[in-house]
Amino acid sequence: MRALLNQRSITLLVLAAVIAALPFVFPSSYYFRVASLVWVSALAAIGLNILMGQAGQVSLGHAAFFGIGAYAVAIGPTHLGIPPWAALLVGAVLSGILAYLVGRPILRLKGHYLAIATLGLGVLVALVITTESRWTGGPDGMPVERLTLFGWRVSGSYTWYWVTGGLLLVGTWIALNLDETPTGRAFRALHDSEVAAQVVGVDVARFKLQAFVIAAIYASLAGSALAFMNGFINPDQAGFLHSVELVTIVVLGGLGSVFGSIVGAAVLITLPQALTIFQEYEHLLLGLIIIVAMIFMRNGIVPSLSGLLVRRARS
Amino acid sequence: MAEFLQFLISGLTVGAVYALVALGFTLIYNASGVVNFAQGEFVMLGGMVTVFVSAAGVPLPLAAVIAIGVAVAIGLLLHRFAIEPARGASAVTLIIITIGASILLRGLAAIVFDKQFHKLPAFTGDTPVDVLGAAVQPQSFWVLGGTAVVVLALYVFLEHTITGKAVLATAANRLAARLVGINTTTIMALAFGGSAAIGAIAGILVTPITLTSYDVGTLLALKGFAAAMLGGMGNPLGAVVGGLLLGLLEAFGAGYISSTYKDAFAFVVILIVLFAAPQGLFGRRVVERV
Repeated sequence: MRALLNQRSITLLVLAAVIAALPFVFPSSYYFRVASLVWVSALAAIGLNILMGQAGQVSLGHAAFFGIGAYAVAIGPTHLGIPPWAALLVGAVLSGILAYLVGRPILRLKGHYLAIATLGLGVLVALVITTESRWTGGPDGMPVERLTLFGWRVSGSYTWYWVTGGLLLVGTWIALNLDETPTGRAFRALHDSEVAAQVVGVDVARFKLQAFVIAAIYASLAGSALAFMNGFINPDQAGFLHSVELVTIVVLGGLGSVFGSIVGAAVLITLPQALTIFQEYEHLLLGLIIIVAMIFMRNGIVPSLSGLLVRRARS
Repeated sequence: MAEFLQFLISGLTVGAVYALVALGFTLIYNASGVVNFAQGEFVMLGGMVTVFVSAAGVPLPLAAVIAIGVAVAIGLLLHRFAIEPARGASAVTLIIITIGASILLRGLAAIVFDKQFHKLPAFTGDTPVDVLGAAVQPQSFWVLGGTAVVVLALYVFLEHTITGKAVLATAANRLAARLVGINTTTIMALAFGGSAAIGAIAGILVTPITLTSYDVGTLLALKGFAAAMLGGMGNPLGAVVGGLLLGLLEAFGAGYISSTYKDAFAFVVILIVLFAAPQGLFGRRVVERV
């Protein structure tokens, strides 16, 4: 137990140290912006990883909840006069309720059928966002009012670096703790075998639904943060490709590894930025790197590398 | 009536393409258990290679054959260098590999070709044919006929040749197939090649109607996957029925209810079908082993 506790606090400490240290080596505000994007994507990925890595359920439509969070903070203040910070909470609650209502029937499905059902959910939400242009600005997107907290106007890539970094720390802390609660253990039992979990008395349907709702709320908060940060939002954030990107981050970093989701996000967000120097070869290289990484680190970057280190240390 | 027929034919035409993509999914899934998200890229390759080879002065039929050849080669390469080395990895890892492959192929197409939309001439002219009052593009008949030929050829191959039966045996039980002397690696390569050919044929047939560009694959893969799931994953008949049904749903939804929400009807119906029949329309119920 103590070892686990240590491992958990080490992960948190390392993350906090990285967040605190990076500004010393960042030469321009552009780097702060990219890093904030990494923190936001990592937050959404950690949530999705609770569903995929811990509870073993696939979601190919997770960007829907990201989109709901993002559009809540765009539509709330603009059309309904809700203060921005309250709109963020409304978005998270809406995402949670939608996940709860839809999750009940959807989560009965297994494997690829669950994948297509969540994909359908994602397509539907993205479609509504794209079509109801009176509220959402349609395919062109819409501007987002700046977030103001107690008279403090949160803006600038430097400020957002710290805000999103703080959010990520809290999200990581909750996810790491969850792993060690009865709920977390129930999730893992589901992952290993639903039938076996049911036999030992785990309420399978209830825990799947819990994981789905938690993942939805994570994504929604990440979406809200990104919308505030960019001051602008478009339907791509809720689209199929963004869902695929989130799943790729989780699997690339390592299913079930909280730290892996952060590493996965760092790789998948910074890589395209770094690859822009190769101009038109950017996508070719991105695809190639994903393939090679998954072939040689099939359990994901973090579990594969830490497995390697453990083996080295033993021999 | 004429309106109904119009929607029916356009729905079947689009549905036939979805059916071919779904069939490609099914073939690879059955042989290897991999859900190949690069399936749409084969459709793109079929269309794009035909466009560029025929623009270079090669007659259309020959260009089409070359395009199918290129797609098959890419399918085999995908299997050899991306799927085979990751043998034994989990299903979700393999899915991410195919997603990587689809990003790679899209990037490759953007470099080798370009990022513009391209059109092929219709095979037998553009003059609409009157079918009981509905104006039908002659190319629709090519799509429907071509799909029928592919489905029939696949059926004959699977049911009446030794190699085809080996594919079915591999699909039923990979270990047992290996035990009776079937080289399952060859069968998997065959499935990737065949599925690439089917995708390319779909791309060639439909490009005169819908245009093509380097990034048409994503949406087609999504629809094809949906069609395969609607029919029941792993069932070739289900894939065809699912594809046609998806096309019809879109066409009638767009025609009678709302064209902006045409994708919504398809997915709402898929969700309803899955709630009622969690294994798709023709899927078998699998008992999970603990």
